[in-house]
Amino acid sequence: MDFALLRDAFWGLTFDGIALGAIYALISLGYTLVYGVLRLINFAHSEVFMIGTFAALVAASGIMGVKVEDDPRTGGSMILTLLVCLLVAMLASAITAVLVEIVAYRRLRQRGATKLATLISAIGVSISLVELFRIITDSLPREFPRIMEKTFLFSYAGADIRNDKVIVIIAAGLMMFALERFITKTRLGKGIRAVSMDENTSTLMGVNINRVITVTFFAGGIMAGAAAFFYILVYENTSFKVGFFLGISAFTAAVLGGIGNLKGALFGGFALGLMETWTSAVFGTAWKAVISFIILVLVLLIKPTGLFGESIQQARV
Amino acid sequence: MRLEIKDLRVHYGKIEAIKGVSVVVNEGEIVTLIGANGAGKTTMLKTISGLRPVTSGQILFNGEDISKMPAFKRADLGLSQAPEGRGIFVGMTVLENLEMGKYNRKDRKKEMAEDLEKVYHLFPRLKERAFQAGGTLSGGEQQMLAIGRALMSRPKVLLLDEPSMGLAPLMIQNIFNIITEINKTGVTILLVEQNAQQALQRAHRAYVLEVGNVVKEAKASDLLNDPAVRAAYLGTGAH
Repeated sequence: MDFALLRDAFWGLTFDGIALGAIYALISLGYTLVYGVLRLINFAHSEVFMIGTFAALVAASGIMGVKVEDDPRTGGSMILTLLVCLLVAMLASAITAVLVEIVAYRRLRQRGATKLATLISAIGVSISLVELFRIITDSLPREFPRIMEKTFLFSYAGADIRNDKVIVIIAAGLMMFALERFITKTRLGKGIRAVSMDENTSTLMGVNINRVITVTFFAGGIMAGAAAFFYILVYENTSFKVGFFLGISAFTAAVLGGIGNLKGALFGGFALGLMETWTSAVFGTAWKAVISFIILVLVLLIKPTGLFGESIQQARV
Repeated sequence: MRLEIKDLRVHYGKIEAIKGVSVVVNEGEIVTLIGANGAGKTTMLKTISGLRPVTSGQILFNGEDISKMPAFKRADLGLSQAPEGRGIFVGMTVLENLEMGKYNRKDRKKEMAEDLEKVYHLFPRLKERAFQAGGTLSGGEQQMLAIGRALMSRPKVLLLDEPSMGLAPLMIQNIFNIITEINKTGVTILLVEQNAQQALQRAHRAYVLEVGNVVKEAKASDLLNDPAVRAAYLGTGAH
């Protein structure tokens, strides 16, 4: 145990924790959105994220021609590469999410299947996608080429503020803001909220439930895809199992905040990112996953409804 | 705009809930379905609006059979429902709830202010509460909201499911006065009620439903004086 490290590097760790938390928050939004409309934990969501990281990789090396041994790009070329990778990752994840819904959930739902059957289908899809990528990648991790020079912008209270993490935090904030606008202001967003509160009445109002569900998976996928790009930009590698650990943490974040509650997912994401970073400074990073599992178990034991203690039904999103 | 239900059969699993019911609602009428709990009243409305699938029979809306049409499309035809239990979107404001009533209207923006004004005129209380969450309203206010929301789509036929349920006597009077007022503006109404007294006073014609069958059909005023109906549903006949 190393409390000295936590004390000395507290602000640096806190900054890293916020960046990690932003990634968790983006992923957990997908869990919580889908739970809101379907009352289903979409266990394949972690693989939606995983596919996003590979899509970013393909975009960087395939489309933009960045090689691992290249020097980082600068100026307009760098910005263009970043944007292309982000967009491709978002699109790939969103399309995956929508396909998962059509293949694995829709038919079950239309036949009135039980929650358990759908849950098993979700886990099945998750395993299939992991194994598919295990085969494609020969079980090997993949390195992400460095697109941008990573520099320290400034130091504050002993914390070195690195540019890529600043970008991640700001961009994630913008994505969250955009999602909030979409959910509260647009017609489709209101449809999502209505379905999550009362599906039958929404139908009576003329809401096409299937379309709303597709849009929900798409929106969740967009967020996961953005998270995937931010993750790979900061950590610079991915593998077929990346979804598992990130997924568990993001799911924990959603449960921590109160699943079905969008603000809860955001809060849970940042809280978990911070807690994981602080505690892994004390116990070592090997304990990171243990810590999120412990938090998950504690939340389920003590306050199963999450910190915000309300579902999307009551939430004024 | 005429609603005609022909020989309708509906199942819940293997149980037949509606056993060949025929009901006609003519343009401009208030028609009521009365009956005890479990008679199939709510199932009738759910089937007409498409939430329950039809086993056999027809639902003719202005002559067109809509029994196979997806529920969300039926709202666009001018068929609107204030559902059982009111179905308020509790996390949305009163205004947002009302806007949901126009979800699919192409001319939503243009007509919105006009229709809001109409609903607020009928239910001034909703205007006062416009920015309050639907879940914070009293039972009576929620019922006003459910009916007001159903009116936002400019319905030709309005389906009302137990509008008096759980309300205080004064509020029940109030709601039924407004139902009569809505009918006078030309909206055809199919009303499902356990409060047979009020329903029969307000309606033009009535059907008595017993375990999935229509056992009686008559002018509402005749049923009010029918000894059997009084004994079974008005609790005053058997002296």
